[in-house]
Amino acid sequence: MPPALAIRDLWKHYGKTPVVKGLCLTIEPGEIFGLLGPNGAGKSTTINLISGVCRMEKGSILVFGLDNRTQYRRTRQMVGVMHQEIVVDAFFTIEKALEIHSGYYGIPDDPAWRRQLIERLDLGPHLKKHMLKLSGGLKRRFMVAKALIHKPRLLILDEPTAGVDVELRRALWEMVKEINAQGTTVLLTTHYLEEAEAMCGRIAIMNQGDLVALEPTEQLLARLPFRTVLADLKAPLRELPPLLRGFGAQVEREGLRIRFDLSAHQSSWSLMQALHQSALPVADVLTEKPGLEEVFIHLTGLGQGRRNQP
Amino acid sequence: MSAERPFVSWLPFYTLLKKEVLRFLRVFAQTLVTPVITASLYLFVFGATLGDRISVLEGFSYAQFVIPGLVLMGVISNSFSNSSSSLFMSRYLGNIVDLLVTPISPSQFILAYTLAAMLRGLAVGSCVMLISTAFAGLPWAHPFSAVAMLVMASFLFSQFGIVAAIHSTNFDNLSMYNNFLILPLIYLGGVFYPISILPSFWGGLSHLNPIFYLIDGFRFALLGRGDVPPALSFGMTAGMSLALFLWAAALIRSGYRLRQ
Repeated sequence: MPPALAIRDLWKHYGKTPVVKGLCLTIEPGEIFGLLGPNGAGKSTTINLISGVCRMEKGSILVFGLDNRTQYRRTRQMVGVMHQEIVVDAFFTIEKALEIHSGYYGIPDDPAWRRQLIERLDLGPHLKKHMLKLSGGLKRRFMVAKALIHKPRLLILDEPTAGVDVELRRALWEMVKEINAQGTTVLLTTHYLEEAEAMCGRIAIMNQGDLVALEPTEQLLARLPFRTVLADLKAPLRELPPLLRGFGAQVEREGLRIRFDLSAHQSSWSLMQALHQSALPVADVLTEKPGLEEVFIHLTGLGQGRRNQP
Repeated sequence: MSAERPFVSWLPFYTLLKKEVLRFLRVFAQTLVTPVITASLYLFVFGATLGDRISVLEGFSYAQFVIPGLVLMGVISNSFSNSSSSLFMSRYLGNIVDLLVTPISPSQFILAYTLAAMLRGLAVGSCVMLISTAFAGLPWAHPFSAVAMLVMASFLFSQFGIVAAIHSTNFDNLSMYNNFLILPLIYLGGVFYPISILPSFWGGLSHLNPIFYLIDGFRFALLGRGDVPPALSFGMTAGMSLALFLWAAALIRSGYRLRQ
C-alpha cells in the first residue's frame, strides 16, 4: 500500500519569507503522526498545502499514492481536515450543516454515521442551534464532526484541543484512537506536548520552516540522555559540598532544593552515595526523565536560559 | 471506518447549489420579499398614479413602458447580490476553506454560485412580473426572446457578483459595486425613459451603458419596440455574459484571493 502521505521537497513563501523550506516526510497508513513546532514554524501552512487551501510552489504531495494537484478530486475526498481557526457557516444549524457536508466530498450522507458522530461528540442537545450561538468548545466539536463526516482515510487535526476543556479533550483523543484503530491515518498538531507524546507513534518537529526532527516518539525522547534528580532539603543550603559539584548541580528555591542534571555516563546511584556522604539534611529525592517538552525546547532553541531563571 | 466509498462526481456541485439556495431561502424576507416590495412600490407609483397620464412611447402607457425595466432591475440586483454577498461573506468569515478542501472543481464552483444567484434573480423578476399584471397588461411580442434576455441578464450579473466578491477587500468595496456602479447604470440605462428622447450627447453616452442593451432588448421582447436593433442588444448582452464568465472562471481557476 502506498504511504498515506508522501511530501517531497515542499516549499512555500509568504512574500519573500520562506515558511516551509524543502519539507520531506512520509506518513505510513495507520499511523498517528504528530507535527509539532512553535508558532510560525510552518505546521499550518504545511497542512494547508496538503489540503489544498494553499497553492504549492515547489515539491510534491502524494496522498495514498495520488498527486494532490493533478488528482485533487480523489485526494481531497480521502482527506478530512479540522483547521486551527474556528470557521463555521452562520446560516445553518449544526444538524443541517452536518447533513449536507459530506456531499461536498462527493459522498452521500450516511445518517447512521452522522448520528454516531453527533453522539460521540455530544452534539445532540445542540443540533438546532445556529452556529453563531455556539460556545468555542462546541464549535470545535462541530468542526471535528465536520472533518469526519465523509469518513476520510487521512484525518488532519490542527490544534484540535485548543480551548477545549479537559473532559472533552480526553473524549476527543479516545475517539481519535478508536478511529485510528479502525484504519484511519491521523496527522495532528498540538501545543499540548504531553498529548503528542501519549498519542503519536512518530513525531516531526518543525522550526522556522525547517524540519528539525522526524523520529519515533521513543527515539525522540531518548535524544536528551540526561536525567534530572531533585533533592529537597529540610534546611537551606549555605554552600554546595565539593562532593556534589560534578553532578551539574543548581541550587533552587532559596537553597531548599538542589537540581542535578545527570549526563548519560553518570548514575543516580553515585549521586545518592555522594548525597549520603555529604551529610546534607535531605527531606526527599525525586527523579525526572526529560519529556517531549524538553526535547522540543532543545531542538527549537526555545526557552534558552529557562533553567537558570530563579 | 475509512472504507473506500463511491465518489459521486456531480454531488459536490449539487451540494453547493443546495446550500446556496438554502442560504437565500433562510433569509427570504431580506432576499426575496424586500426586493419584490420595492419593485411593487415603483409599479404602484408609475402604474397606478402616473401610468395613464404620461406616455413616452407611442401606443403604450407609461406603466407598460417601465415594467420591463423594473422586472430587469429586480433580476440584475438580486443575481448580483446573491453571488457577491455569499462568496464575499465566505471569504470574509473564513468558511471558504470548507469548500477549498473539498473535491469541488472550479467549473462546479462557478456553476453552483451562478445557478443559485440566477434562481434568486429570476424568482424576484417573476414575482415582479406577476404583480405588474395588476397595473398593466403587456403584449409579450417575443416571449422566447424575453425569457432568453432574463436568463442572460441573471447569468451576466451572477458572474459580475463573483468577480466583485473576489476583488473586494471589505464590505465598503462590495457595496460600492452596487451603489456606485450597478444602480446608477440601471437608472441611466432607460428604465424610466427611452434613450431616444435624450439630447444627442446624452443619448450617445447612454449607448456606452451596458445595462441599456439589456433593458432595451427586454423591452423589445415584451413590447415589440426598442431604441436599438434587437440583434445589437442581444449580441451585446451575450458578449458581456461571455466576457464576465471568462473573467470569473479565470479568477476561480487561479484561486486568486481564495487560496493563499
